[in-house]
Amino acid sequence: MKSTSLNRQLKNNTGLGQAVRNSLTMAYRGLLKIRRTPEQLFDVTLQPIIFTLMFTYIFGGAISGNVKNYLPVIIPGILVQTVITTSIVTGVQLREDMDKGVFDRFKSLPIARIAPLAGALLADTIRYTIATVLTFTMGYIMGYRPDGGLGYVVIAAILVIVCSWSISWIFAFFGVIARTASSVQGISMLALFPLTFLSNAFVPVNTMPDWLQWFVKMNPLSHLITAVRDLVNNTIIGSDFVISLIGAAVIVAIFAPITVRAYMRRT
Amino acid sequence: MIHRTIPNNGDWAVEARGLIKNFGENRAVNGVNLNVRAGTIYGLLGPNGAGKTTTIRMLATLLRPDAGSAHIFGHDVMKESQVVRQLIGVTGQYASVDESLSATENLVIFSRLLGLSRAESKRKAAELLEEFGLTEAAKRPLKNFSGGMRRRLDLAASLISQPPLIFLDEPTTGLDPRTRNQMWDTIRRLVSTGSTVLLTTQYLQEADELADRIAVIDRGIVVAEGTVDELKSSVGRSSLHLRIENSLDIGVARHTVERVLNVKSNVSSEGGKITAPMADADRVADLLIALREAGIHLAELSVQKPTLDEVFLTITGHGVNENASSAPYEMPEVEEIRG
Repeated sequence: MKSTSLNRQLKNNTGLGQAVRNSLTMAYRGLLKIRRTPEQLFDVTLQPIIFTLMFTYIFGGAISGNVKNYLPVIIPGILVQTVITTSIVTGVQLREDMDKGVFDRFKSLPIARIAPLAGALLADTIRYTIATVLTFTMGYIMGYRPDGGLGYVVIAAILVIVCSWSISWIFAFFGVIARTASSVQGISMLALFPLTFLSNAFVPVNTMPDWLQWFVKMNPLSHLITAVRDLVNNTIIGSDFVISLIGAAVIVAIFAPITVRAYMRRT
Repeated sequence: MIHRTIPNNGDWAVEARGLIKNFGENRAVNGVNLNVRAGTIYGLLGPNGAGKTTTIRMLATLLRPDAGSAHIFGHDVMKESQVVRQLIGVTGQYASVDESLSATENLVIFSRLLGLSRAESKRKAAELLEEFGLTEAAKRPLKNFSGGMRRRLDLAASLISQPPLIFLDEPTTGLDPRTRNQMWDTIRRLVSTGSTVLLTTQYLQEADELADRIAVIDRGIVVAEGTVDELKSSVGRSSLHLRIENSLDIGVARHTVERVLNVKSNVSSEGGKITAPMADADRVADLLIALREAGIHLAELSVQKPTLDEVFLTITGHGVNENASSAPYEMPEVEEIRG
């Protein structure tokens, strides 16, 4: 009864090569969608500009004496906060996308199961890149001249984009299991707000009460922010750099499989 | 379509045994059995909520059955799902294409996902758009597409890899008659190139026009199966519609109809109208005499082609709208219509 009459090479598994190819095609789809609706880039364009201006001029004098001395502290902090916040949009959009009929077709195609998710997340790195470039540009306009020079700024930018991509798997997971797009936004903001503010992004940790210092030092975002500061200000690739990358890898190792599984379960 | 390996006619394209799917408390599919011969059009006929879409989704690997088994060209949909996906094309009830992209971009992306090279994908997209009369709209975003164009694009997307089995879930629901006829022509052409088509529909006429065999599905179970002719003769060639003057007489009138014609009748929801299958036209004269003798005055009498409602009434003993309220199924009813 096996369909020997069909002249096709049939395989019941997809290799790594196919998974990468399929994901890149899906990323291409994501980029086409962004190109068709550029207004969805509003948030990544405006947020870095407004936040950088606002926080620098509000806190600069109080924390570092003047704005210029505050820039090496605040720019890496704002950078991480902005780019990580941008990654929430990935989960929200995935939720909206999955409600559309086209995801049925993706499921019925003989492609790697991870591709529709990985592709969407990959396409969103364009958003992180825009936010990163704008934050550094704003800093430059305000007089920030990182000691590390352009080379270390690029390394720091790539580190932040890679970590944001990893963290976006968490929001993708929320996106897959949540019922509505707005609930994804809600849950994600709730999780991120304390993480970005209870960190070393805006103020020196030693000004905080002991119990808070304990949390802030544990906070993975503090490690990422420190890694970025080390790179751009001191040209150091230190332990925080390694911790950030390991953390990113752990997040992907946990959340990518459970997200794909939850995605497959959805009807 | 250019070239196609035609499966042996002896092969079963679809074999499903006792498929069951629950959504929470609700059993959407309750033991569906299906056999679809390769190279034919098979119609799954039933009202909204009968379990048609759920059945198709299980066969197309989009949904995991809770019990039962299904094979596509001999491949298990659960154990060899990735193989099955290489043999099928699915056109969903809601357009399964990307709204924000153009027709060409959609087809190119699906082609790339199916392993075609960049150049091949472009060629394939152009070829399909040409075939489905969408070339002029190729670059426009789908938002501006009419319902008919969207369905055609959807079908085109299902044909990229020239799959030997194509699932069409209500391919013409919501289309105007002209576009519907175009869609029917397209579906017929598909089968002439050797594909097998499994389609769902709410319309007997559509099944009539297209399908070689039909399964009538109701409340998650196949209640009748056969060729269009077999099904029709079980319903009667046409049905009798009677509207009586005095609605108080409806009980007597209905009783008379059932006695004289020896069939089950149905009273329409707006009241005062009795419908009954008419297997033997000669008996109508007897009925009219019997009604006059009983002193029942008719306001209107007409003979109509069987509707899905009547197919249902005859096969299941209840109308389409009564679904929720009537008693659960018993198998003998299925045997009854086959006998």
